[in-house]
Amino acid sequence: MSAASRMRLRGLVRKEFCQILRDPSSIAIAFLLPVILLLIFGYGISLDTEHVPVAIVVDQPDGDTAGLTARFLGSSYFSPVFVRDIGQAEESLMGRRVNAIIHLQPDFSRRLQRPDGAPIQVIVNGTDANTARLVMGYVQGVWQNWLSRRAAESGGVLAAPLQLDQRVWFNSELRSRNFLVPGLIAIIMTLIGGLLTALVMAREWERGTMEALLVTPVTMGEVLVGKILPYFLLGLGGMALSVAMGLWLFGVPLLGSAWLLFAVSSLFLLAALGMGLLISIATKNQFVAGTVAIVTTFLPAFLLSGFIFDIGSMPVVVQAITRVLPARYFVAALQTIFLAGNVWSVVLPNAAALAAFAVIFLGASRQKLRKRLD
Amino acid sequence: MLRRIYALAIKEFLALLKDKRSRFVIIVPPLIQLLVFGYAATFDLNRIPFAVYNEDTGPAGRELVERFTAAPNFQQVAVLSSDAEVAPVVDSRTALMVLHVGPQFSRELAAGRPGPVQVIVDGRNSNTAAILLGYVSTMTADFSSEWLQRSGGSPGPARLEIRAWFNPNLESRWFLVPGIVGLLTLLVTTLVTALSVAREREQGTFDQLLVTPFRPGEILIGKALPGFILGFAEMTAIVLIATLWFRVPLRGEIATLYVGLFFFLASSIGVGLMISSLAVTQQQGLLGAFLFLVPSVMLSGFATPIANMPPWMQELTLVNPLRYFLVIVRGIFLQGTPFHLLVGQLWPMALIGAVNMAAASFLFRRRLY
Repeated sequence: MSAASRMRLRGLVRKEFCQILRDPSSIAIAFLLPVILLLIFGYGISLDTEHVPVAIVVDQPDGDTAGLTARFLGSSYFSPVFVRDIGQAEESLMGRRVNAIIHLQPDFSRRLQRPDGAPIQVIVNGTDANTARLVMGYVQGVWQNWLSRRAAESGGVLAAPLQLDQRVWFNSELRSRNFLVPGLIAIIMTLIGGLLTALVMAREWERGTMEALLVTPVTMGEVLVGKILPYFLLGLGGMALSVAMGLWLFGVPLLGSAWLLFAVSSLFLLAALGMGLLISIATKNQFVAGTVAIVTTFLPAFLLSGFIFDIGSMPVVVQAITRVLPARYFVAALQTIFLAGNVWSVVLPNAAALAAFAVIFLGASRQKLRKRLD
Repeated sequence: MLRRIYALAIKEFLALLKDKRSRFVIIVPPLIQLLVFGYAATFDLNRIPFAVYNEDTGPAGRELVERFTAAPNFQQVAVLSSDAEVAPVVDSRTALMVLHVGPQFSRELAAGRPGPVQVIVDGRNSNTAAILLGYVSTMTADFSSEWLQRSGGSPGPARLEIRAWFNPNLESRWFLVPGIVGLLTLLVTTLVTALSVAREREQGTFDQLLVTPFRPGEILIGKALPGFILGFAEMTAIVLIATLWFRVPLRGEIATLYVGLFFFLASSIGVGLMISSLAVTQQQGLLGAFLFLVPSVMLSGFATPIANMPPWMQELTLVNPLRYFLVIVRGIFLQGTPFHLLVGQLWPMALIGAVNMAAASFLFRRRLY
């Protein structure tokens, strides 16, 4: 790089920094957004369902039914309310005030003594299928506990022929926060990276300052570097802030090395900023650029990156679409670096994909950015 | 007055639709996204890659393994023969689960004692892991009860009869696709209105608008109308796709759905205009729209239930219009909820809309620079 070029570049970077300082919304995007989003998501997104409201309808209360309902009352998974008749319970289910109904019919105690056993009717609101499935599992747990307690009291043993030992690796308590926070950091950085640069070139075109730039001796490559560098530093700052919050506020373990995290994040940021720049250069219009940036970053990163919905379960066509999203690779890499350590067989392919994206987006931006008025 | 509002609304529509690209970005992406997300957004697991480590040579172990290999949602990717092979398969994400049957399994079962089975699950994605564990315990419970029946044991004094209402096969797509309807409608209307005033401010045409005989209320209505019309049109298209393409049942009254949509649009457009009246540049408008949209989606109960959040955050969701609209959309789609049960969801949206629109029309006048 020649001395003149270095000087021009320094001027461009300085100008960009001045602009960032003048309209503080860029700084807000880089530093305020991650803090707010991480706080909201870290506390707000949880799939750990507890205290499920259930209606218990006992048509004829006695000792046997009390033994069973006490199990529901004692479980932290349920917060039961007793309802007098089934019609009332069904209306509560319809109005989503309870998620399930446990119904013990009048002849419950009598049928317990009979060989075919007594039915315990359970109605679950299936609207939210995932929660419904969890609730069914909880009900089964309570039922089995009650059965084995009854068997123990009457001196018998309930022979469960299969003894299941469940081990969950990397996240033994299945704390959803542990896996959500690394994923959230990836999503937040996708948004920030895209938003930071999506408007910068479109703004120059819209305000006519691009034409002023065109008549100066700066090359388009220098313009590109001058735009990337300040936002890259801002993005890294936001990333560092997010990681610090993840480690100290949410207590997520970092088993991998900090250097690897830094390297992968840098690659990802280059890809995300490159994508924002490409959008900006291609559209030359702030409204279109902003809309495209939001449409292509936020919802895809949220829904298609494997952060909440399992990619392996999606149809093959949709899986193919997820392959063109940088966020997908960043989510996978971050989850592994945080929770499993430096597993090279996972980190390297994902890092390579991110590097490829960075090259493609920045290369395409350079291609599209011409010293021409049209 | 009506003529003035009409003229302004026409002008807004032209500003929005005259540009080919801006016409494209507000119409096409939402429809594509509905199709892609409709398929992507599901909590049901398919083709779960799992590895088998069977140390047992008896018939019971083989039968248990066969249950898993034959299950439609499981896909066997490896057969292991030693403890050392377990870690690499899980670490590299080749298998999400390892089914480990102990060496004494068949012998213990035949002797009437519990047979040991170990399941190792990759917990990096704790949600997938939790759903997977649910599948596994259902399958092993089925195996247990069948084994008991065959060996002549008693099934126990009480049995569960579980039914799921409204969604008997527990398809999570039925839950999520109506949610996407609300999501995309919110996204489009907020973006369109949040940038509308900011764009005029940046281009200097807002000052011209202020010196015309328009009253702030009229400017507000003129700016809000395109959002309403666009919202109704897009919602109609999305509902059609949801019912005809994704076959989500629409059990309630369509009229009720549109009443709900009207209140929802009033609230989201109100917020959009409020953001717009505060923003001086389009970047600020975009940032404002973003700061509103992202938490609204995440804290609406779209993917994760509001009831799982800490109490203080549940209170925070009370100001989120999407939260109420999702209850309405899902209630009407799946439960056929009658109108009188949904009134409680309508008035908060009306309140949010009214407060924001009032603030926006106040700010139109005051913020002039």
